[in-house]
Amino acid sequence: MSGAIVEVNDLTVDFRAGRGTIRAVCGVDLSLQPGETVALLGESGSGKSVTLRAMMRLLPKSSRIGGRVRVDDRDVLALSAAELTAYRGRTVSMIFQDPGLAFDPVYRVGDQIAETVIRHEGCSRAAARQRGLELFERVRIPSPGRRLDNFPHEMSGGMRQRAMIALALACRPKVLLADEPTTALDATVQIQVLLLLRELQREFGLAIVFVTHDIGVAVEIADRIAVMYAGRIVESGSCAAVINTASHPYTKGLLASRGHARMGKNDRLKAIPGSPPDLSAPPPGCAFGPRCESFVESCADQVPPSVAIEVGHEARCIRLLA
Amino acid sequence: MSETIALDPRDRGGAGTRLLDVHGLVKHFGGKGGVLTKKNDVVRAVDGVDFFIAKNETIGIVGESGCGKSTTARLVMQIIQPDAGEILFDGEEVGSPALDVRSFRRQAQMVFQDSYASLNPRLTVEDTVAFGPRVHGASAKAAMTSAHDLLHRVGLEPRRFAGRYPHEISGGQRQRVNIARALSLQPRLLILDEAVSALDKSVEAQVLNLLLDLKRDFGLTYMFITHDLHVVRFMSDRIMVMYLGKVAEVGPSDRIFDTPGHPYTAALLASMPSMDPARRTEEAPLSGDPPNPINPPSGCRFHPRCKMVAAVCSVVEPALFNAGGDHFVACHLANPASGHPGA
Amino acid sequence: MADTITFGKVTAVPIAPVRGKGYWASVITRLVHDPVAMAALAVILTIVLAAIFAPYLGLADPYRGSILRRLRPIGFTGYPFGSDELGRDMLTRLIYGGRLSLVMGVTPVLLAFFVGSTTGIVAAYIGGWVNMVVMRVIDVFFAFPSVLLAIALSGALGAGIVNSIVSLTIVFIPQIARIAEAVTTQTRNRDFVEAARISGAGTLTIIRVHVLGNVLGPIFVYATSLISVSMILSSGLSFLGLGVKPPDPEWGLMLNTLRTAIYSQPLVAALPGAMIFMTSISFNLFSDGLRTAMEVRQ
Repeated sequence: MSGAIVEVNDLTVDFRAGRGTIRAVCGVDLSLQPGETVALLGESGSGKSVTLRAMMRLLPKSSRIGGRVRVDDRDVLALSAAELTAYRGRTVSMIFQDPGLAFDPVYRVGDQIAETVIRHEGCSRAAARQRGLELFERVRIPSPGRRLDNFPHEMSGGMRQRAMIALALACRPKVLLADEPTTALDATVQIQVLLLLRELQREFGLAIVFVTHDIGVAVEIADRIAVMYAGRIVESGSCAAVINTASHPYTKGLLASRGHARMGKNDRLKAIPGSPPDLSAPPPGCAFGPRCESFVESCADQVPPSVAIEVGHEARCIRLLA
Repeated sequence: MSETIALDPRDRGGAGTRLLDVHGLVKHFGGKGGVLTKKNDVVRAVDGVDFFIAKNETIGIVGESGCGKSTTARLVMQIIQPDAGEILFDGEEVGSPALDVRSFRRQAQMVFQDSYASLNPRLTVEDTVAFGPRVHGASAKAAMTSAHDLLHRVGLEPRRFAGRYPHEISGGQRQRVNIARALSLQPRLLILDEAVSALDKSVEAQVLNLLLDLKRDFGLTYMFITHDLHVVRFMSDRIMVMYLGKVAEVGPSDRIFDTPGHPYTAALLASMPSMDPARRTEEAPLSGDPPNPINPPSGCRFHPRCKMVAAVCSVVEPALFNAGGDHFVACHLANPASGHPGA
Repeated sequence: MADTITFGKVTAVPIAPVRGKGYWASVITRLVHDPVAMAALAVILTIVLAAIFAPYLGLADPYRGSILRRLRPIGFTGYPFGSDELGRDMLTRLIYGGRLSLVMGVTPVLLAFFVGSTTGIVAAYIGGWVNMVVMRVIDVFFAFPSVLLAIALSGALGAGIVNSIVSLTIVFIPQIARIAEAVTTQTRNRDFVEAARISGAGTLTIIRVHVLGNVLGPIFVYATSLISVSMILSSGLSFLGLGVKPPDPEWGLMLNTLRTAIYSQPLVAALPGAMIFMTSISFNLFSDGLRTAMEVRQ
């Protein structure tokens, strides 16, 4: 699609593990328009965080990345070390579950934001600090001037998360990568951060890739949802399409296992049996096959192709081919 | 679900006696300045909590971080000593000559959130499950047999799992081992402290189903602590909402969800992500982070964040008021005589 | 990523082994695959075996010298490693010297391992003021550099092999006790110890079943890293005349007596030092490898 700010094609990531390799991400395609939010939804080991880190080139040396990642018309996988430094923060920046990864505990938060601005834009310290102040106001940190002089540990969890968002937006990136930024927060704070991100996205025209394991969070934040399982996107589509007309058995299973308000006490949940596959020895064909209610023998023959259910809504399940 | 109640030979007071009765539980941390240490602030982690759990009931305890729910669990389990308060188990005071701590702990067990940290990495699954009975004098053979039975019961085939070490099994399987370990002493009360919070959603549902089955089969009573309101609704008969070391509201779970009496409960429920893409949350029900329990606000502890705040709220601390049925609310709004204009 | 490697009920897994792989079994597997640690172990074993079986290796008498054949260079006929200032065969003396040097390097660490870990584990598990008193006493020992402390203690006790072993043991006890205290404090606050406590287990049972298995490993690794220090210190004591007495062969003492030959036969004079260096670095590399092998949790 033209005009896309993020274009990921056939992304694969392999990790060396012992004598073998583990394919953590396996042929992921993803594209984002400016100002669009995509949620990557999946469980631990589904490859959602690895996909995100590959887009930031934040993977350990023992990994091998294949495929194509283009962000803002640049080939991310071909960037040199110097280009990468400019790319990170300026074009793309990232927020994490643990703000401890973003902030150095021995420096004041305001100084770290100013430092980032100066490094990327070479402006004066006063201007950089002014930018920090504006950002703190923008992410609604109360008494922002005083808070700029805080050390990270002097802030509460939700405030640190806001400060990290301010740091990520310091150099006005075009793409924000969010790796479960609300998972460790209380529900009351989580919804505040989600609303803030939605607001900032509208205002700055950010494209956001938001990794989460929580369907509810994905619904609150995303325009489109991509459900990942065992390194592949098994279903993707608009938020409404994926939630209201879930087509892949895994997505359906996830939605059903949440239970619903009309359940009686002590009614059993409709759980997905089994556990996610061992990526060093994935099952043949559809990786979800062994856990799938509607498994038929041909499921094990080949990896199911992506089938379009309607425009922009696709799922990888052979039963959709008919 | 009530057939098993009278069958438990350990039942002393009969089905009508509450299994657990907690009165005026208080635990403050810090505050004691030593010779060399600076006097620090008192953390009022649990500050006068009363509740009970009926036999064969599941009580859900919810609240934000710092509300004292985990501390309450640890106090009940006697892992930490309360500053004040009384804990009765089936009518007997825990720690009294009639029910010493050791015999109480045979009847009450706990499952922790971190499935890995709560298993000894050097012990096999079967040794972990057999440890409790061995400590209480079972023969090695008897303990092993019952461990295998329990593993089978929690869905881990002993032939495949008994000899494994914690790092060789998945998070969901580890939590099953922890549940088997907790059940090895045949307890009557099981405290589940965020026991499914760290699990993947598809695995979480399996473990919740297992807990429902075990409750039915062993006639268990659950104290189910979680921050996930979604899970708590269908697991619990009653729900207790805690805020800054106090009980804000307690009642039947449908009442709590359908007609919450406390503005805090309402805000907590409204903070759950919407599952409807067409009706996303437009305004955050609460602003700011949960305050920490050092120097809590005067009067009602929730009043600085409350949308319904009135003059009386910062002055008078609301007591739990019976709002009908088993539903108790610690809010002036619920009590017509409180002097709150909205009541 | 812990959950990715699973043995799901539904996933097609070939019949899984009934016994899991124990922690130590996997540590050994990893250690065997570490070439550096294995090379270090080979060097250590060679030196140890040579020292033990020295009398059967057909070597010359380590005590018989010859005034005529003093300070022969390396490679001289009949003296592959030269001879010392009294004309004794260097090869023989280096191999025999390993006996005393190893004994004096390993024994103090072994003794300190038992005493120090018991002290540290008990102090940490009891906690409170007992722990505080023990740790403050240990801090007093830490106030002195270990070399100085070893020399002072040996000096006070008098020269001799036993006395230098005793003084080195005293030097190492506080160091091991401190590590033992640190890892035990960490372990006793883990959830599984708490779970054992609420299942009604007594203190001794908890220490035996749940604490020891988790703390002895890290303490042992630390202790092996002390062996090299111990060897260097004991050689130092002998060099100063506080340890082994002439004419017994010991690397530190040999280094001292050969010091006069440093200008005439520098290579020969350096040999005991090279042995000390080689042995202690091997112990260090092995200990590093052991630590790496033990670090992996999942």
